[in-house]
Amino acid sequence: MIRFEQVTKSFPATGGRESMVAVDELSLEAPTGQITVLVGPSGCGKTTSLRMINRMIDPTSGRILIDDQDIASVNPARLRRGIGYVIQSAGLFPHRTVVDNVATVPMLLGTGRKKARDRAREVLELVGLPGDFAERYPSQLSGGQQQRVGVARALAADPPVMLMDEPFSAVDPIVREQLQDEFLRLQDELGKTIVFVTHDIDEAIKLGDQVAVMRVGGRLAQLAEPAYLLAHPIDDFVADFVGRDRGYRALGFSEAPNLPMSNEPSVPLGTTPEEARAATSDRWLLVVDEEVPQGWVEPARIEAPIEPSMLDRGGTVARVHGPLRASLDAALSSPSRRGVLVDDDGRLVGTVRAADVVQAIERVERPEIDPAEIAPTAAPVE
Amino acid sequence: MINQIWTWLTDGANWSGDDGITHRLVQHLWYSGLSLLIAGVIALPLGTWIAHSGRASWLVTAANSLRAVPSLGLLFAASMLLSSKFTGDTDLPYLVPSIIVLTILAIPPLLAGAYSGVREVDPAARDAARGMGMTGGEVLRQVELPNALPLIFSGLRSATLQVIATATIAAYIGLGGLGAFLRDGIALNEYDAAAGASVLVAVLALAADLLLGVVQRLVVSPGLRTTRTRTRRNRRADATPAAAALGPTNARS
Repeated sequence: MIRFEQVTKSFPATGGRESMVAVDELSLEAPTGQITVLVGPSGCGKTTSLRMINRMIDPTSGRILIDDQDIASVNPARLRRGIGYVIQSAGLFPHRTVVDNVATVPMLLGTGRKKARDRAREVLELVGLPGDFAERYPSQLSGGQQQRVGVARALAADPPVMLMDEPFSAVDPIVREQLQDEFLRLQDELGKTIVFVTHDIDEAIKLGDQVAVMRVGGRLAQLAEPAYLLAHPIDDFVADFVGRDRGYRALGFSEAPNLPMSNEPSVPLGTTPEEARAATSDRWLLVVDEEVPQGWVEPARIEAPIEPSMLDRGGTVARVHGPLRASLDAALSSPSRRGVLVDDDGRLVGTVRAADVVQAIERVERPEIDPAEIAPTAAPVE
Repeated sequence: MINQIWTWLTDGANWSGDDGITHRLVQHLWYSGLSLLIAGVIALPLGTWIAHSGRASWLVTAANSLRAVPSLGLLFAASMLLSSKFTGDTDLPYLVPSIIVLTILAIPPLLAGAYSGVREVDPAARDAARGMGMTGGEVLRQVELPNALPLIFSGLRSATLQVIATATIAAYIGLGGLGAFLRDGIALNEYDAAAGASVLVAVLALAADLLLGVVQRLVVSPGLRTTRTRTRRNRRADATPAAAALGPTNARS
């Protein structure tokens, strides 16, 4: 567990610039084995807060404890070797191969070269960079691959704590989403205590077990689980920052109950027009391949056996007990207005209508508001 | 003329003896090497330290302004000031001023190379190195210096070229080296010797540069090379169609 106790960091006035408070009386706990996300606009002190945990910056006042030990009493270099550190542009060493980059911390800790490199290869495999990537140089990798190496390098010495400063914000949105998903999968496996800084509230909500929203001037505005944050932003600043669509986005946290499903007639690829027209009385017919939904066709308009190129692929597919957001989206995006639901292996289970999903949504309990937050004294208003 | 130079260079008699080419070539290399060594011992740690600590960067600018001082004038001044300080039968009254001048000549490129080399290391790499728990010395040895090597080498190569070329002037205060052929050749109207020595100086400088180039290839990490070769290749690929479209008169390459 990482605990901030009334931590303040102010930078003294230098050459024409006024002195500045970057972090103001910050108190919070990052629980062991969980992801705590610090999020806020630029200038809110989130990165400064992060960098105080590994003593890249020392606080002006207050204490930071890792597992009840005051980090001010630990030698900075020794402290940092026990904490994984991932930064925005990866910061790989251009003169070292990927495997030597990853082996850096184990070697600093005195592991032999051979053993450190073996370990590095293991970790590289873990982040999805197997085999011949190890001998490449950073300049030969894409941005996303460099970022994976950055994560591998932080994991190499198996530190219990990881600090991540906007690790995914320099890559394009598709790669970012991939990296985020893999990061969550990895965290499921490894259970590190992670403090993660981002300016992107969507990323914060997706990744965080808890989210700390910070405001300019380095003050903590709200610390809560993502679903709670979406349901009960504590003030206008947080509400604004959390943004539009929060009602819809909150559905991402509610697992779908047993939705009223209908059996959907379906035909395999290669079905002739006659067979297709016989299979349904509706305008749209679902096409599957080994029970996995592929897309929709209009039987009335086809003249040849069904091929993949004839399919309307506009509809999304949701897991039966996945988030309500996905079920609703499946219904809304489907050309037949029937949302396709599948099991965990991707096989067709049935379809659901938007109205039924909405009914289910209305029955879902919103996170209960913490009574302390409605008490008139609790929330300081600016 | 070329024939005369060739004859001079290939005449075995010109190569032997105390005034022969071999001996003076060795002298020339010795002055140059010694000056470069002293300059390196001063400039490389200093440039590295200035860049690593971010302090006293005015020193780099100041050293650069040294380039404006004419070497020959400095040589006569140093020789006048210092030669009386040495007694006995030695070369020192000539050697010390020459070495000082050549060292002063070599310091600015070496200092600038070391300084900008360390300075231009990717700040993110430096930040990551510190954040992973490297001490200041480890950051310097394991990250900053290896990444600074390409620029350190370019400083060293330019210093070497300048020193080898300029070492000829040491002859004007009574020292040997290849410059002696120039001095005597011009004084005695033996132009074949003067021109031949000039050719030798040029060849020597190029050979030294080539040698350093080979060392650089061996010492600098391939990871620092790939970026550059790759960008160059890309640039060439981009440039070709445009150059073709512009027609032969505008195609510079």
